[in-house]
Amino acid sequence: MDATTPIIDAQDLSKTFGSFVAVNNISFSVFPGEVFGFLGPNGAGKTTTMKMIQCVSPKSGGSLKVFGREAGIYQRSIKKRLGVVPQETNLDTEFTCFENLLVYSRYFGIPKQEATGRIEELLRFVQLEEKRDVLIERLSGGMKRRLVLARALINNPDLLVLDEPTIGLDPQARHLIWEKLKVLQAQGNTIVFTTHYLEEAERLCNRLVIMDEGKILVEGSPADLVSGHVGSDIVEAEHTPEVIACIENMGVSYEVFGDMVQIFTDNPREVAKSLFDTCNPGHVFARRGSLEDVFLKLTGRALKD
Amino acid sequence: MAQSVYIPRLTRGALKVWRRNWDVFFKTYQVNFLPPFIEPILYLLAIGFGLGMFVGEIDGVPYVEFIAPALVAISIMNSAFFECTYSSFVRMYYQKTFDAMIATPLALDEVIAGELLWGATRSFIYSSVMLAVLIAFGVVDLPLSLFILPFSFLAGLLFAGIAMCFTAITPGIDALNYPSFLFITPMFLFSGTFFPLDVLPGGLQIFARGFLPLTQVVTVTRSLTLSDLSPYFLYSIGWISVLTVLFFFVSIHLMKRRLIV
Repeated sequence: MDATTPIIDAQDLSKTFGSFVAVNNISFSVFPGEVFGFLGPNGAGKTTTMKMIQCVSPKSGGSLKVFGREAGIYQRSIKKRLGVVPQETNLDTEFTCFENLLVYSRYFGIPKQEATGRIEELLRFVQLEEKRDVLIERLSGGMKRRLVLARALINNPDLLVLDEPTIGLDPQARHLIWEKLKVLQAQGNTIVFTTHYLEEAERLCNRLVIMDEGKILVEGSPADLVSGHVGSDIVEAEHTPEVIACIENMGVSYEVFGDMVQIFTDNPREVAKSLFDTCNPGHVFARRGSLEDVFLKLTGRALKD
Repeated sequence: MAQSVYIPRLTRGALKVWRRNWDVFFKTYQVNFLPPFIEPILYLLAIGFGLGMFVGEIDGVPYVEFIAPALVAISIMNSAFFECTYSSFVRMYYQKTFDAMIATPLALDEVIAGELLWGATRSFIYSSVMLAVLIAFGVVDLPLSLFILPFSFLAGLLFAGIAMCFTAITPGIDALNYPSFLFITPMFLFSGTFFPLDVLPGGLQIFARGFLPLTQVVTVTRSLTLSDLSPYFLYSIGWISVLTVLFFFVSIHLMKRRLIV
């Protein structure tokens, strides 16, 4: 497969459960070697999309091709080449780390000898070689997550699908997972993942989409999305009538969030300076625009669930 | 939907699912082998020899020999039924084991088929242990009783299929108590297990012979342990075989309807 043939190609893909539309006519393509993120609040349709890519949930409309083949028809041959990290950790609690991976390798029909070598290698990769013969229940949340990642790699997948890979982990454990994903990315693996941690998306993705209510709102690289939607920088000031009057005079775009005014700009120094010069802004704070600003701007600040 | 046409996708993948359950079973074999060993001893002592003192003989057969084949039949029923209801439900719903499996080349059809084969295997393991105890007590005939071994797998598969149908439609694990108390317990008592069916009113007798799977299973095990093969034996084998095939496919179908959404 050359670099121009997409690994995943979705056109007008949709999924309904009764009258509820979980995924509403989305189109996207993922190319070899890309790390592609799905960002969105709870209930945006991210997990449903992952399940369709994994060939475990049939689509309701549109087309979805994985490795150039229709996902609804060639499930077995597609699944053979996938590595999946599900949102919920579903390891076999009765088994040790090693046994978990061995049992899983059988589902792929990997001969035992080959599997054993690969398992030792993977346990080393996720830094669990010392836990090789330890039962799952004795592992921490972060270790379990790493073992699930190792399990997803058992068949040398051509595409790695991760649904909230670092959900519920402490910062150290998250950084360790990110480090592993970075290594996999550097090796040229194609990775698709969902997250609602914006920092995670910003660090890992080459490209991402932001989803809300079953639709894709925007698509692009993290940097392009930030500069395109909020500008490179943000100046925050106290929300007073004086400040608002000032900003109106300057003619820059801004938004009010509670007791705070955010000014989106590519020129933070000048904006801050003229705030201090012409009005009495109280605290002024300038910072880089982030994906979080894009996300909140597009999906709104109302609580989602 | 695409699933409405039902063609099961079965390959040797089902055996890998079976093997997973086998491995778990033998990891905890110390607790798994004790019940089938202790249980028949308790029943033989309390009911066979204790109650049997007052009953004496049924149709010319000492009471303890009358209930011995029923104990095997009940164990076939219980081990497959409880494996494919509560245990399968835990794997499906709480441990998400099925989700982990279908993220590999395995299809859901194979996962369920593997679970059913495992349920039948449990019946085989438990009834084998039990048979050994019964042989030691000298309350079953040899060599015909040994045919219970292959038969326990077939009958186990029947109860596994029935159980899996309940698992596929139950709203939660607590609702599985209904088939346990309303289906399994009455069968345990009214399938010609501890007294002959002839003593029941006519209507109940017909119901027990026509609709209670355990009645057929007891008929077969009793024919074997008493070396008394009647034509009714063949009817029972046929009845069990047909329903085993039926429930095997129906349960896979119901499970797909539940899980592939």
